[in-house]
Amino acid sequence: MRTFNYRRRKLVDQLMRGLSALATGCAVIPLIAIIGYVLTIGSGAISWSFFTDIYQPPSNAPEPTAEAPEVAYDPNDPFANLTVEPEAGTTGSTEDVTNVYNAAPRGGVLHGILGTLTIAGIGLLFALPIGIFAGIYLSEFRNERFATVVRFCCDVLSGSPSIVAGVTIYVLVVLQTQQFSAVAGSMALAILMIPIVTRTTEEMLKLVPETMREAARGLGAPTWYSTFTVVLPAALPGIVTGVMLAFARGAGETAPLILTVLGSNIITTDIFKPMAALPLLTYRYTESPYPGENTQAWGAAFVLMMLVLLMNILVRIATRKSGGNSR
Amino acid sequence: MAVRISIRTADYDVEGQMAQQSTPPQWSTGKSPLRHGDVPFRAGTVALASAVVLLVFAVAWMLYTSSQEARTAFGWDLLFGSTWNPVETELNPVSFGGWPAVRGTLLSALIALIIAAPLAVAIGIYLAELCPLALRTPLSFLVELLAAVPSVIYGVWGVFVFVPFFSSTVAEPLSATVGAIVPWFAGPIATGRGLIVTGIILALMILPTIASLTRDVLRLVPNTQREAMLAIGATRWETIWLAVIPYSRAGIIGAIMLGLGRALGETMAATMLVGNTQRISESLFAPATTAASLVANELTNSVGSLHESALISVAFALFGITLFLNFGARLLIWFVERSSRGGRS
Repeated sequence: MRTFNYRRRKLVDQLMRGLSALATGCAVIPLIAIIGYVLTIGSGAISWSFFTDIYQPPSNAPEPTAEAPEVAYDPNDPFANLTVEPEAGTTGSTEDVTNVYNAAPRGGVLHGILGTLTIAGIGLLFALPIGIFAGIYLSEFRNERFATVVRFCCDVLSGSPSIVAGVTIYVLVVLQTQQFSAVAGSMALAILMIPIVTRTTEEMLKLVPETMREAARGLGAPTWYSTFTVVLPAALPGIVTGVMLAFARGAGETAPLILTVLGSNIITTDIFKPMAALPLLTYRYTESPYPGENTQAWGAAFVLMMLVLLMNILVRIATRKSGGNSR
Repeated sequence: MAVRISIRTADYDVEGQMAQQSTPPQWSTGKSPLRHGDVPFRAGTVALASAVVLLVFAVAWMLYTSSQEARTAFGWDLLFGSTWNPVETELNPVSFGGWPAVRGTLLSALIALIIAAPLAVAIGIYLAELCPLALRTPLSFLVELLAAVPSVIYGVWGVFVFVPFFSSTVAEPLSATVGAIVPWFAGPIATGRGLIVTGIILALMILPTIASLTRDVLRLVPNTQREAMLAIGATRWETIWLAVIPYSRAGIIGAIMLGLGRALGETMAATMLVGNTQRISESLFAPATTAASLVANELTNSVGSLHESALISVAFALFGITLFLNFGARLLIWFVERSSRGGRS
């Protein structure tokens, strides 16, 4: 603009456009690398027992094929058979310890998968009523002053670090009950899910054309009736999308679970007790000194990644079908 | 339209406000108390909406009261004192100085921002303005997908792939040559975990956030703005640089601030990559700690209520900073949205 040197202007134009394309390329490469690594190494760690077995300590002992032989119990000498023997198939030498260290990964993450589904599912149960009704409020009473306050609080929740949600529930629930529990984890996740559900519900309800509300009103329907029978059904695919994204976000969250759920090595069904979760296992196996468990960290990351990918692709399909009402 | 409004104004006491066209008609916002069922409906939605507000206040209040003990005992030393020693020994008294953590948080977020902000804005510009249409949807999808990848996965990738790669190809040569003069890059590189690795991984994590927000903000710029520029003979880049970006500058700054907020509060990737030591080292390659990872590591096995309270005050500071950043960022983005809406009508 400042110069009339056309050639120079054109050069600058080409250069800057090229640079921004280059920047995109540079940034996309490591990001694709992350997905690629997780999918390739992770899928290598996957086996059938990875999904059907729970935690097994690292060992190079052969898998027990038959029941251990019944040891005769002598009531006069109860400690007769209690000699500490090296594990079957090993001699207890240094070499064996190294072998254990380098042993192939054993066991699986079934307890983590079940735990994550339980914790995130219950979290969603907590988050859904609050999120959806707050979203309805923000959309249907959008001009009220209080709506601005709610909207701001939503932004605060979605912007605050996930560890803060963990600390909150740790102090309010875990310290009060003196018990780490799956439910506490669900509450922490609910804090993170609520803003997502609320904002998606609001956005989706706002996309429903005003004419539909007017038509319902023209037929004499009160607001609550038209909201539940006309507006909500019209926006349902979008809201389901938001719920799925919230679930995926909650399922992948680790930091609040460290402070609330603690983790476990077995399948637990009591939601008032500590429970295993996939992100927790990923974290623990990554920090583990055993290479076998490190492999399992990749496997757990793979499962988490698949969950996120699947949810996002489903969301893509859902929003495209409903008339491209995504942003 | 005018007739309908006049009837409704007669029915339900609404003057003044109806004169503006931008606010929807009063009867569509359901304020009428005459429709039975609407009163409980509104009350119900308001009640659950206020649960969100209540939640924020509960978090803030809880953080405030639970950190009281440490805050009265140590004051600002909690953030700026240099020794963090939760266990009383003969040589070292109990002391909670969070400066190592605060320093680590600020430095890693700064590194992340320096790397991510220009790149992410460039991506946003590319996605919104320059990208061929066929690439736009898949690239946008990719960016949104990456924003949804759980942080623990970034951590796993960082620990197993990036840290070994970075320490052998960048950190070791750099510390051997430049590190002798500049203490920032001094060796030795033991595990490879440290502030700079954390910063780079954080940069990767906030990149999609900033890029997609920048793209959204640029999309809000009215097309007349671009057309006017092109019509007087500007090149594409001049259009972007002189007409589009100035229009959305506040929004882009807001996007960067939100990215900064995410980098400051990020817990898992930092915990896995920063090394977690309270020792302050000049070198960016040396292990350090961040506020969020300090809380994640120590809160569940804290010794005594003072330790717990000190950790909660660190979380309180984190919450305060991100609250402030979010408030500013939302304000800026909202400002852009409003002005673009005003420009269109």
